[in-house]
Amino acid sequence: MKFVDEFRESSIVRKVADEIRACVDPSRRYSIMEVCGGHTHAIFRFGLADLLPPNIDLIHGPGCPVCVLPMGRIDEGLEIANDPNVILAAYGDMMRVPGSRGSPLESKARGADVRMVYSPLDALRLAESNPERRVVFFAIGFETTTPATALTLLRARERGISNFFVFSNHILVNPAIRALLEMPDMRIDAFIGPGHVTTVIGCESYRFIARDHHRPLVVAGFEPVDVLQSILMILRQLHEGRAEIENQYTRAVPWEGNPAARGAIDLVFEPRESFEWRGLGAIPASGLQLRDEFGAFDAERHFGVTRRAVADPAEARCGDVLKGALKPHECPLFGKGCTPERPIGALMVSSEGACAAQYNYAHLKTTLTVGASDRDVATPSVDR
Amino acid sequence: MNQPHTSSITFADSHIGMPHGAGGQATRRLVEGLFIPAFRNAVLAERSDAAVFAHGSDRLAMTTDSYVVKPLAFPGGSIGDLAINGTVNDLAVSGADPLVVSASFILEAGLDVTILRREVEAMARAAAAAGVTIATGDTKVVEHGKADGLYINTTGLGRVDPRLQLGPSRVVPGDQVLVSGPIGDHGITILLARGELDLESDVRSDTRSILLLTRALRDALGSELKWMRDATRGGVATVLNELADDAGVSVFVSEERIPVRDVVRGACELLGIDPLHVANEGQFVAVVSRESADRAISALRAVPGGEGAVVLGEVRDGPVGAVFGRSDFGGTRVIDMLVGDPLPRIC
Repeated sequence: MKFVDEFRESSIVRKVADEIRACVDPSRRYSIMEVCGGHTHAIFRFGLADLLPPNIDLIHGPGCPVCVLPMGRIDEGLEIANDPNVILAAYGDMMRVPGSRGSPLESKARGADVRMVYSPLDALRLAESNPERRVVFFAIGFETTTPATALTLLRARERGISNFFVFSNHILVNPAIRALLEMPDMRIDAFIGPGHVTTVIGCESYRFIARDHHRPLVVAGFEPVDVLQSILMILRQLHEGRAEIENQYTRAVPWEGNPAARGAIDLVFEPRESFEWRGLGAIPASGLQLRDEFGAFDAERHFGVTRRAVADPAEARCGDVLKGALKPHECPLFGKGCTPERPIGALMVSSEGACAAQYNYAHLKTTLTVGASDRDVATPSVDR
Repeated sequence: MNQPHTSSITFADSHIGMPHGAGGQATRRLVEGLFIPAFRNAVLAERSDAAVFAHGSDRLAMTTDSYVVKPLAFPGGSIGDLAINGTVNDLAVSGADPLVVSASFILEAGLDVTILRREVEAMARAAAAAGVTIATGDTKVVEHGKADGLYINTTGLGRVDPRLQLGPSRVVPGDQVLVSGPIGDHGITILLARGELDLESDVRSDTRSILLLTRALRDALGSELKWMRDATRGGVATVLNELADDAGVSVFVSEERIPVRDVVRGACELLGIDPLHVANEGQFVAVVSRESADRAISALRAVPGGEGAVVLGEVRDGPVGAVFGRSDFGGTRVIDMLVGDPLPRIC
């Protein structure tokens, strides 16, 4: 498959991994955060940590939209779906994410009309073909999915559709990075930048990370070669004392991003004063709400949703894991009370969450390292 | 055959949800935590695709399955094909040749008879292709809205090849794990045929009888054939995890050898689904001794429809119950059982 196979080609992967090993300074540690859940998934999916020297720590960041969505928001969405006149449309990612009273999938099993859609346009189509029902799109995601929601709303307005609503949970990546950088016990040396988000927001938007916080960020693609190459670029910056924004993913990401997509977002959305992130708490100007001009499509206004604050259990140490202060398996709930099937904390929710990724792909490898007879398979544990 | 498998799994769920039927961990909890303890007996405790029990000098295999697929027809097949092939295949991977099959229909009031006729004819064709007799049946009609048009249950009875001793206790480190051909076709076809994703492709379900393939393996290997299972709900990943658990071994899969058609791979990449978790209706996994692996592959490839058979990986001693994927470049990951149905990832 073009644009996939070349970037998984063994000989190239090995070559980049060799370069990383040759480049590291064995006398120091490196803490590198991959911001995006897609990278977390790729790192575990391809076992990339196995290829890295033991003094490189990969810290799995907050870039998994369903993981950081507070349970209260899910409850609010499902409360809307309890109205028999409502069809709630959501991405597949959302379907298994639990609120305090179950997930969208469980709501559906109990009789709510919850549909999985691939695009907000599918939800708009549902509204057009069910004029007697009200269709609510449960919008989630960073700047990657926001333009699609914005364009759908523009189209809904153009066509004068009055039974289509958006429950906006769109969030912004940079306020979250800023919040992490301002935490006192933050231990991150550099960032692997989110590839898909950057196709929209552009590389320049990360300037503050280099300028104000003196941390390198390299925007990366999602195949093994991409991730490793971006790590190599980061190591070189750190060794040369540079803190710059670089773009490894040039085949997909133009430096300036996509101004037209940003324009659509600006037309439809405005930042909320503050938005709650599961595991990180409230972050100023980190979420998007519909502008007044689009108020007629705003599910929160139309359905008069009551705000529900649902606290995560105190034992769940999601915030510490996100900051890099704690490894997923060091959390007292990891794999015990909290598993992908019955997640308690945010990061166990989606396969892109740090804890779920670790649970699904790596928790057994510790055993493997300790007990294996076959050394060529007994690779270093990823949860160093 | 083997000593009954004892399970420590308890079933504490308060309500049945869709994951209980998806073939992954929740299904397993339900079966091992509720059904098996309640019906406690040595045959059931084997937890194989079909129950195998002695009858005179023969060993018989019996299996039952209900078909509730939506939509009823999809590229490459329909519920009628599945209802026969699925049951025939459960017998086939038990090392049996099917003798007779029963068919029960649960029909929703209002079902168009054209559809029913089409499905009954599909069943007749699939039965003829597999060389099996549909010997008895039952019909129930439920109110409109109580079923998706048509549900079918089939039960199959077969005679087990006397040369075989299949079972997880025969699996030992060093054994080779084979898969009969490209995976994921059926699950991706159904996902796309539901029309919710607005994706189009020419992928077709792989629904077929695998009887000729399992026969070829039996003839070529005899007792060196150790274990077989068809990779339906939950996909190959689930089957491999069951193998690792039941046999008390680990399984190592070579990532680059996993056979997936480009179109299925493309859809999986796009949707963020692992092909190993996608359902198949015409592929199975087999474990054979290391010495017989080449013979097994040649035998499968000589059968029309078996050209895509490959050695997927091998059995090792531990860690017990784990399945690993290893790429050529040296990355290792854990291949877990599916939790619920595979859902597309968008954001």
